[in-house]
Amino acid sequence: MIDNHILGPVFIHLFTAIIQLICWRKTVTQRFLSVGGSLLGLLLAFRLFSRVEENGILTMNAANWDAPFGIVFVADLLSVTLVLLTSIAGFAVSIFSSVGLSRQRMLYGYFPIFHFLIMGLNGAFLTGDIFNLYVFFEVIIIASFVLMTLGGRKAQLEGAVKYMAMNILASTFFLTGIAILYGITGTLNMADLAIKIQAVQNKTLIGITSCFFIIGFGIKSAVFPLYYWLPSSYHTPPSAVAATFGGLLTKVGIYALLRVFSLIFIPDDFTRTLLMVMAVFTIVTGGFGALIKTNVRRLFSYLIVCHIGFMIGGIALFSQVALMGTVFYLIHDIMVKTNMFLIAGVIRQLRGTLDMNKLGGLYKDYPKISLLIALVLFSLVGIPPLSGFWPKILLFQEAFTQQQYFFVIALIIGSFVTMYVIANMWAQVFWKNTPEGVTIDDRFKPMQLYRKLLMILPIAILAAATLYIGLNAERVVHVAEQISNELMDTTPYINAVLGTNR
Amino acid sequence: MELLLILVIGLLYAGGVYLILRRSMVKLLLGIMLLGNATNILIFLLGKITKAKPPVIDESYKIFQDIYADPIPQALILTAIVISFGLTSFAIVLLKRVYALVDSDDLDDLNTPEEEDL
Repeated sequence: MIDNHILGPVFIHLFTAIIQLICWRKTVTQRFLSVGGSLLGLLLAFRLFSRVEENGILTMNAANWDAPFGIVFVADLLSVTLVLLTSIAGFAVSIFSSVGLSRQRMLYGYFPIFHFLIMGLNGAFLTGDIFNLYVFFEVIIIASFVLMTLGGRKAQLEGAVKYMAMNILASTFFLTGIAILYGITGTLNMADLAIKIQAVQNKTLIGITSCFFIIGFGIKSAVFPLYYWLPSSYHTPPSAVAATFGGLLTKVGIYALLRVFSLIFIPDDFTRTLLMVMAVFTIVTGGFGALIKTNVRRLFSYLIVCHIGFMIGGIALFSQVALMGTVFYLIHDIMVKTNMFLIAGVIRQLRGTLDMNKLGGLYKDYPKISLLIALVLFSLVGIPPLSGFWPKILLFQEAFTQQQYFFVIALIIGSFVTMYVIANMWAQVFWKNTPEGVTIDDRFKPMQLYRKLLMILPIAILAAATLYIGLNAERVVHVAEQISNELMDTTPYINAVLGTNR
Repeated sequence: MELLLILVIGLLYAGGVYLILRRSMVKLLLGIMLLGNATNILIFLLGKITKAKPPVIDESYKIFQDIYADPIPQALILTAIVISFGLTSFAIVLLKRVYALVDSDDLDDLNTPEEEDL
């Protein structure tokens, strides 16, 4: 079904960014515009989600060029779910950054760039053309480069060099893959590629091409052995930026892997083994990295890597149940990881440091905030009624069915390490008394009440979303099941894009 | 023509990878630029080179059966060039700034511990 409203979530952020550019240096106006634009984007995303859930896949042909010749935008359930989650996370981060960011950064265009980033994310989720996906990836990385370097501290710029080099390299790999794919099939439309690639005789060439995509998306989603840029750069930008990065940027890589490896390249045994090895090592190395970190944000960075492994493992298992687990974990992970970095931002406001050796006594001073944070930490660990628990069951179940015992062991190690790390962090930051001789630099207490509320509100919103995912798991499982069905059987997608009489 | 382009692509990829593996930041940047250009030529090559057959179809033809040059790779390369221009100019400014702050061109020197700042 053709529907021009698909691009709403993309355009709303584009226009917000442009209007904000006109209001250059008027930070108060920009703040209101940012929160307003994000709210509007969230409403549009909700509407799009409910339409797609009711009517099935929607498409839009740019400039009325019929697919496969023009650029096509496709809103299937996976895309709109991710657009919805991005909008929720973007809304929360935009509220948080209106109070949690220094004025200096806002003066140099934080808000417009932030909205360009969200625009790129929404576009990447919605496009049905592989070269257009590349273009949106570039929109994302150039916006993220600016956000990462904004402020210009030494540590920040050094992190940005590593981040930049690896991400440009990833784009080059991705582009090379697209070039070879175009050379083989002569099309760029993903649905059309799915058909044409089946007719190709030279399967080895297809396998090699798929490796370019694995490397390109692997760097973006930070899997072993390509993840080293992430822990060495994500702890440097301000927390609001780190929240967007940690929650959303790596997940675009997972989305692209899910899309490309379900639609274009159907994983064969070699690809699945490769992905499985990557997943196991990602979980183990990410988890062990988190064990030895004393800086809260560095610790969270390693946990991102660790949990990316769960999702890659689900793709490697490649069955309906496993993909259901992956999609569910993706939904849970975006909400929780964004929230984690916002929490790190609040902890820094409360104590002026993120070093666990210097932190302590937060529970005594701020019991209510601590309980809210505890809820999020519990769901990250995966305590049963909360959101992290359900996808792990699905992944465990499928790993046992397919007798992938290394993955089972990795899942157990990953879960236990996460639990240990988070428990340790809770004890160090919240329960233990403030170490002697440490002066507390509390920037939170002297704030006006509305600023305090605006700082806690986004965490509460995301925690509520997490709670919803956990307690209303039946509905989320239902959505995840539909998505995994769409991923396993791509005929509806292809028919929606190319029409049935092709 | 194809053979020449293949050799150029191979050379550019080899040079790019070699430069990326060095420790100097400037060489890293040059390596990334070489890889980007190699990819662009690769797209050009894989679009199947056709000589002097512009993809402009005369109005009098109902069906066009002659071979013609594929315009899509050129559109793709144009997009990729513009993007890599933007990225490269950003990268140059960033590296210049880092050099001013760190006073070193060596990637191994980029390990300042995190400062406590919002």
